Amino acid sequence: MRGLEYHGISRADGPIIIAEHMENMGFSELVRVRDRTGEYRLGRVVDISEQAVAVQLFSENTGISIDDSWIEYLEKPLTFRVGDAIVGRIFNGLGEPIDGFPAIMSSDLRDINGRPINPSARIYPRDFIQTGISAIDGMNTLIRGQKLPIFSGNGLPHNRLAAQIVRQAKVLSGETQFAIVFAGMGIKYDVARFFIDSFEKSGVLSRVVMFLSLADSPSIERLVTPRTALTAAEYLAYEKNMHVLVVMTDMTNYCEALREVSAARNEVPSRKGYPGYLYSDLASLYERAGKIEGCEGSITQLPILSMPNDDISHPIPDLTGYITEGQIVLERDLSQRGIYPPIAGLPSLSRLMKDGIGEGMTRDDHRDLAAQLFSAYAYVRSVRDLAAIIGEEELSERDKIFLNFGERFEHEFLAQGEFENRSIEQTLDLGWKMLAILPESELVRIPPALIEKYLPRDPKTDNSSISQTSPAGAPVGEPPTATSTASSAVPAPAPKEQ
Amino acid sequence: MSDGTIIRISGPVIYARGLADAGLYDVVKVGSAGLIGEIIKLKGDEATIQIYEDNTLMRVGEPVECLHRPLSVALGPGLIGSIYDGIQRPLPVLKGLSGAFLAPGLAGEPLDTQKKWHFVPSLKVGDAIGPGTVFGTVKETDSIQHRLVFDASVPPSSATYVAPEGDYPIAAPLIKSAEGHVYTSVSYWPVRSARSFKEKQVTREPLVTGLRVIDVLFPIAKGGSAAVPGGFGTGKTMTQHAIAKWCDADIIVYIGCGERGNEMTEVLTEFPTLIDPRTGRSLMERTILIANTSNMPVAAREVSIYTGITIAEYYRDMGYHVAVMADSTSRWAEALRELSGRLEEMPAEEGFPAYLPTRLAEFYERGGMVTTLEGKKGSVTIIGAVSPPGGDFSEPVTQHTKRFIRCFWALDRDLANARHYPAISWNDSYSEYTEDLIPFWDAIDSTWDALRTRTMDILKKERRLADIVRLVGPDALPDEQRLILLTAEMIKNGFLQQSSFDKVDMYCAPPKQTLLLSCILTFHELAENAIKSGTPLPKISALPIREKIVRLKSSLENENVQEGQAVIQEIRAAFSQLGAPAQGAVSA
Repeated sequence: MRGLEYHGISRADGPIIIAEHMENMGFSELVRVRDRTGEYRLGRVVDISEQAVAVQLFSENTGISIDDSWIEYLEKPLTFRVGDAIVGRIFNGLGEPIDGFPAIMSSDLRDINGRPINPSARIYPRDFIQTGISAIDGMNTLIRGQKLPIFSGNGLPHNRLAAQIVRQAKVLSGETQFAIVFAGMGIKYDVARFFIDSFEKSGVLSRVVMFLSLADSPSIERLVTPRTALTAAEYLAYEKNMHVLVVMTDMTNYCEALREVSAARNEVPSRKGYPGYLYSDLASLYERAGKIEGCEGSITQLPILSMPNDDISHPIPDLTGYITEGQIVLERDLSQRGIYPPIAGLPSLSRLMKDGIGEGMTRDDHRDLAAQLFSAYAYVRSVRDLAAIIGEEELSERDKIFLNFGERFEHEFLAQGEFENRSIEQTLDLGWKMLAILPESELVRIPPALIEKYLPRDPKTDNSSISQTSPAGAPVGEPPTATSTASSAVPAPAPKEQ
Repeated sequence: MSDGTIIRISGPVIYARGLADAGLYDVVKVGSAGLIGEIIKLKGDEATIQIYEDNTLMRVGEPVECLHRPLSVALGPGLIGSIYDGIQRPLPVLKGLSGAFLAPGLAGEPLDTQKKWHFVPSLKVGDAIGPGTVFGTVKETDSIQHRLVFDASVPPSSATYVAPEGDYPIAAPLIKSAEGHVYTSVSYWPVRSARSFKEKQVTREPLVTGLRVIDVLFPIAKGGSAAVPGGFGTGKTMTQHAIAKWCDADIIVYIGCGERGNEMTEVLTEFPTLIDPRTGRSLMERTILIANTSNMPVAAREVSIYTGITIAEYYRDMGYHVAVMADSTSRWAEALRELSGRLEEMPAEEGFPAYLPTRLAEFYERGGMVTTLEGKKGSVTIIGAVSPPGGDFSEPVTQHTKRFIRCFWALDRDLANARHYPAISWNDSYSEYTEDLIPFWDAIDSTWDALRTRTMDILKKERRLADIVRLVGPDALPDEQRLILLTAEMIKNGFLQQSSFDKVDMYCAPPKQTLLLSCILTFHELAENAIKSGTPLPKISALPIREKIVRLKSSLENENVQEGQAVIQEIRAAFSQLGAPAQGAVSA
């Protein structure tokens, strides 16, 4: 009951405490524990029986004692206080402001667990978001309302890529209000600082809601952080009709915290010690992206996760890939060869791309062009394997052409400057220039009419213009000025025909 | 009615006391919110219950009411075109009740109780009734005649009242029996029991899917069962969608079990706009959706598979061919694992319960071609997606599934990466139905079996050669063998790969399938001869007709297959011309 504290617990075991007293608490109810120093900690009821109750603490457990603990049941699940004023603020994982400004004034409390969206109330996402990055726009298009994670590894530039997407993302069909929700789970202070600086430089900081549970915060808090953040996102998207981009980093830390709690509860583990419900648990986060009927706003998720040991079959990236609508995979090999962004051509995928591109949305050649680039690049990979064994000299003429195509595709199409913002037309035209390297008879994935319309006929004249965009030279993109980056709010010009 | 009280809550599993007279798998209403649950274990007067909804803030001591009947689905006119959650609550109705987000404790009638259906009786007063008796028909959609058949639970009797032809809501009494039983157009059937039929038949009729790689290389029979395993991004759902769209079943039951919400929305927005090539009606008029997405309660996910298959059996019993898409059975198995973990059961492999194979067997065995109680022929074909962790087929769900299916369409990561869809691997897939189906195909096109064998042969040879090429490069091979590589490439690009976005290519009728193969194989045969007579391979691969063959799949419409014969003539012409100048060149 609210306002009533029970004295004493019977067991403390990691983040779980067991108390034996008869209060009629509810499942999943929020609990406040006062310790011997008078400090308060929050927790959640995870199991109740007639005799005892198990509470999982969200914070540090040092100093919890059997006798000197007082428990209060707050008769509500963990909630987050929402209101217009949350935009531009910084909170901890539990939703308490940590930026030194006063608490949010609002009586609107939301259960952070949210509720599942009724599948029949969803609107299928179709709006193309131009990120200005060729590897994404051209090959793995981001759609508004999509959940598209970045699979990365330690030391790869996922943060820079995420910041670039945030900076450049815009919708071609004009724009309404937008907001950015940032959830940092177990990340280092420098990473948080990098994002804050990046938001500040691009002039969007006043539109960002930040939830930070840094590496020195208790790991359990990480379990709550994304939920609080998504609650804020849902409020902004579905009640304030904003287009919300949610950046969540690093999902691996979230999953580690989940495993920690699961182990503390003596649950039967499945793969690599992660609990059997890891899939359902991740789904309860990722599925909170989307668009719903009767509402202008949308939630687009950009979770970042670092693949342990660059292993894409590790349970965390694996289960994430089964839930999200595609993935952007960063590749160490590309990164080591100096290619930014090191977006791996083949394993990356956007599942919603098929319905968000084409005539009227991007350009009529987009789908076939992307399919052809994928197919040609896949062949390049097998040619490279062969060349590694028999040597490049021994390759057939056809294979040599493909090898050349592969090199240039990576250096001219995939690679671009961190501040280079390519329009979708530029990206597609660049793709055609790449295909022009290949003999026309190899372009079997593209209908002849489109080849006729778009294929540059004289590759020699194109070489000069390609080298302009080459990353080898000085960065070509614009500097991060207010005009180029206030971005998302500015209505984009209609796609122009070239 | 016995009333119990909650004594323990552990996530979606709760324990209650005072339910001694309850039966196993009885439905219960739990707590003051009245959440739907199911009894899964009994011990003394203590029952273990799994709850199908979110139970935040549920308290110990709240009441539990047992309904003394197993979890059942309502079966009657109005199922077609509906979208339900795992326990057959209509999602559009719930949307009206709680808005875009699902709240716990909602209830909605699965079938529209207001709508009137035109009932045509097929019995007279005094006629005998019993399991398998048809008592009337209702036109459910323009292409589906809903036959009202008494199921196995109806005791034999005679009709004392038969409603005259007319429009009735589903709850209206249509038949009364001598014992005083009243029958409406709605019946209920417990989801965990298979519906009865007279006998199972061996199936010799293919389920034509319009996907070339399936229909020709790894065909499935009506009433068969298939698994589609593949890592994420290999196109399981796309393959299932394609089959759901174009296969020649009468009814499709699509179970979205623990998958993405947007995928169900995609079906909901896309299917009504697509036209069934056989009936000329919208595809939604033959589709029933069960959507229990990954973020909806896990216990309801476990039961959604049974809800779907029971509905499928219901239409089978009317004499229809039904195809069930279960996407994904791995999520269902994970739901079993999760609940088993909560029950603190001893785990078997990878934490899955030891009864996983039994449950899988029970599920897949509910498919099949049967003689219905009425004596008609109906079938349920099951196509289950499997999502192996890490794309590793050696994990328990894939391995156990393989024991109970006869058709295995393995999705390949490399093909998917090259955007070769459907990414069904011709090396790892198999179909045990092929032999059974040969007579059927031979009656339509006598060359079918020969074409198929030849194609498989070339692909098999190519695989062996590819290993060599990987070591020494293609130049080391003689022209005959490089021709195999060339033809295999044509088979892959011009036949196996199929675009679901191309209006012409998305559905490929069987005559076109064989035609495309004939073209490629004719090319191969003529090229073989040409090489024997000394024509160098580059000359053959430079023939423009080669590109035309590869593009034929998207340039030739299903209706105009006859025009394809001209292409074969063109191929012959191209080779005879090739012969002439080649000799000329030698003499010069």
